[in-house]
Amino acid sequence: MMKSLYLDPLKCTGCLQCEMACSLEHTGAINPSKSRIKVFAFEHEGRKVPYTCTQCAEAWCMAACPVDAIQLDPATGAKVVLEATCVGCKVCTIACPFGTINYMADVGKVQKCDLCGGDPECVKACPTGAITYVDADWTGLDRMRQWAGKANTAVL
Amino acid sequence: MGWTRKVLRVDLTKGTCKSEPLNMKWADEYLGQRGLATKYFCAEVDPKVDPLSPANKMIMTTGPLTGTIASTGGRYSVVTKGPLTGAIACSNSGGYFGAEMKFAGWDMIIFEGKAPKPVYLYVENDNAQLLDASGLWGKSTWDTEEIIKKTHQDPQIRVSSIGRAGENGVLFACVVNDLHRAAGRSGVGAVMGSKNLKAVALRGTKGFSGIRNIKEFMRTTAEKKKVLADHPVTGQGLPKYGTQVLMNVINEIGALPTRNHRDVQFEGAGKISAEAMAEKRSSDGKPQLITNAACFGCTIACGRIAQIDKNHFSVVNSPKYWGASGGLEYEAAWALGAANGVSDLEALQFANLICNEEGMDPISFGATIGAVMELYEMGVLTKEQIGIESPFGSAQALCELAKKTAMGEGFGKEIGTGSKRLCTKYGHPDLSMTVKGQEFPAYDSRGIQGMGLTYATSNRGACHLRSYTVASEVLGIPVKTDPLTTDGKPALVKAFQDATAVFDSSGLCVFTSFAWTLADVQPQLQAACDGDWSMEKLNLVGERIWNMEKQFNLAAGLTRKDDDLPKRLKTEPAKTGPAKGLVNGIDKMLPEYYEVRGWNQDGVPTPQTLQRLGL
Repeated sequence: MMKSLYLDPLKCTGCLQCEMACSLEHTGAINPSKSRIKVFAFEHEGRKVPYTCTQCAEAWCMAACPVDAIQLDPATGAKVVLEATCVGCKVCTIACPFGTINYMADVGKVQKCDLCGGDPECVKACPTGAITYVDADWTGLDRMRQWAGKANTAVL
Repeated sequence: MGWTRKVLRVDLTKGTCKSEPLNMKWADEYLGQRGLATKYFCAEVDPKVDPLSPANKMIMTTGPLTGTIASTGGRYSVVTKGPLTGAIACSNSGGYFGAEMKFAGWDMIIFEGKAPKPVYLYVENDNAQLLDASGLWGKSTWDTEEIIKKTHQDPQIRVSSIGRAGENGVLFACVVNDLHRAAGRSGVGAVMGSKNLKAVALRGTKGFSGIRNIKEFMRTTAEKKKVLADHPVTGQGLPKYGTQVLMNVINEIGALPTRNHRDVQFEGAGKISAEAMAEKRSSDGKPQLITNAACFGCTIACGRIAQIDKNHFSVVNSPKYWGASGGLEYEAAWALGAANGVSDLEALQFANLICNEEGMDPISFGATIGAVMELYEMGVLTKEQIGIESPFGSAQALCELAKKTAMGEGFGKEIGTGSKRLCTKYGHPDLSMTVKGQEFPAYDSRGIQGMGLTYATSNRGACHLRSYTVASEVLGIPVKTDPLTTDGKPALVKAFQDATAVFDSSGLCVFTSFAWTLADVQPQLQAACDGDWSMEKLNLVGERIWNMEKQFNLAAGLTRKDDDLPKRLKTEPAKTGPAKGLVNGIDKMLPEYYEVRGWNQDGVPTPQTLQRLGL
């Protein structure tokens, strides 16, 4: 079964455990500034929103890369950056509509979420279930169930 | 490891920033944050120093677990000599600022001297520089943070700053970070203001890789997070209701100080409780509470994000307050509410917003208003003097005086000196509900006897966070004791004081101690830090820190007389509730406490005690 990350902002408290886990897994240091998942704070609305690569089926970052440094991991569906191949041209960062592939000046490469090879660290680190790893065909299942529950009790 | 092993020393007089290695011998003896920074402070500063003079220093400090995946590992503290108390001050804050300091590569920042004109410190990893803050002076903490982020074109900068209260020398001004977290007590913000230091802006992209045994650290921190999640207080009560879960509980046991401690129960408690915050308002159909929020690394998430009623008189013409912002914690709700008899939840939130925006400790501010209202009702203070009618229960007076105090206008200037100086000036020093000049927090020591000893002996003046015996006396954590008796309380208070000193020095939040004991912290520290961090050693470190702070206070001129409670709590019995007829038994507890501590009856540590602790 193919799986996807499912992010629920309503459950996010802004603790940044996901950013710590992600950076630790990929860089060996606890370093939120290098995390591939980011939690954004919308102070005026009182919301914290986790955000990362959606692993588009038609990945524009992958299509735009001139040196084929972004490859599909067939097991997870993740689009993975091959660091040895990446030349740091940043074209992918322009191609991505969501801004979820980013240039790292200190290494001269881009980085993005690779789903940790199928066992995402951010999911394990999240204390509130705001980040889950679910059946890719049913990313909306929980929300659908929620609304179905309301329809079930409401007079339609 | 556990530490970055680097200290940033900022000489504000000369305008220099220098890196120096962390004293690892001291780190081994005092752990970090509260303990380690206080050791630096005591070694470098004359205890008799005028707190608002350039000779005082101010240290912003992290612990070895700050900036790690340990739950709540995001704390930092501000250590200095407090202008409100003349005692050692150490105010602890959450948010994201502490972790950012670690990610920039620093364990602590020592500020000394006084800048000739307003400056702010900007730190980007190894690079630290003092920059002109003339455009920031006169701004609130909220505007300061926004302007700094815009100036550096970096929304990810973390900022700690003072608002106008700190600039105006309000003696209970605090240092605010991340909009609504604060190093709140003892007037550390006034010290920062006296140094012409408006803000500290941090950007850390180096991260922290100094965990001694990362595999073991991951294992033990995950296990301890589960302990927090499974505990009814840290897993359910605090995330759902916040610290405000206590309002009705403490009121019911007759320990909610009301109207400047005249009463121990507040008839309006229900209206200012956690439950009230979650109820839909009749005016706009929305509850005040929007959601809970976490500080960095925290898996408890007790923080409150709230939205004030736009139609409330305090904000009806001020759209800038209409959005989401930091909501009421229990201490603030008590101090702004019960302490002065106000049960208008929206007024409380407005005063809370002003405290965050302009950097004021809501506990000391609210409690001082309580004293002002009592003096007003006695006829000692008049409407002409105060500028507004100020009977107990006046939401208008509360809101108006919050603004005036922060801005240093009119009678606000006098409120900004705190209740001890104010009550003394107007001839009623006994009406100041303080210890060492610092206002009481939200537990009446007639209804919770151990808290009387906690307040009287706290090294930073009246404070609940130095030994929260409420946990034992009310909640039964770790064991239930009777709140109405003094029996066993001296040993209980000592145990809480020493353990809390370790929690505070580790970089963790003391709220974890609802579910954790030191035995839960120990394996996390041992996995993160070099050296031996056995239980035996941690107990010794905690006691050492407590005695070091005490020695500083003694050298600063404090005596046994300062380890005492106001007359009211010793002579005016509680009028209602389970504690009806009781006063606090401090005079019985204090001598025994000194004995348990290994101090003489003047409250001075004996040579044997000092030797045992290596002091």
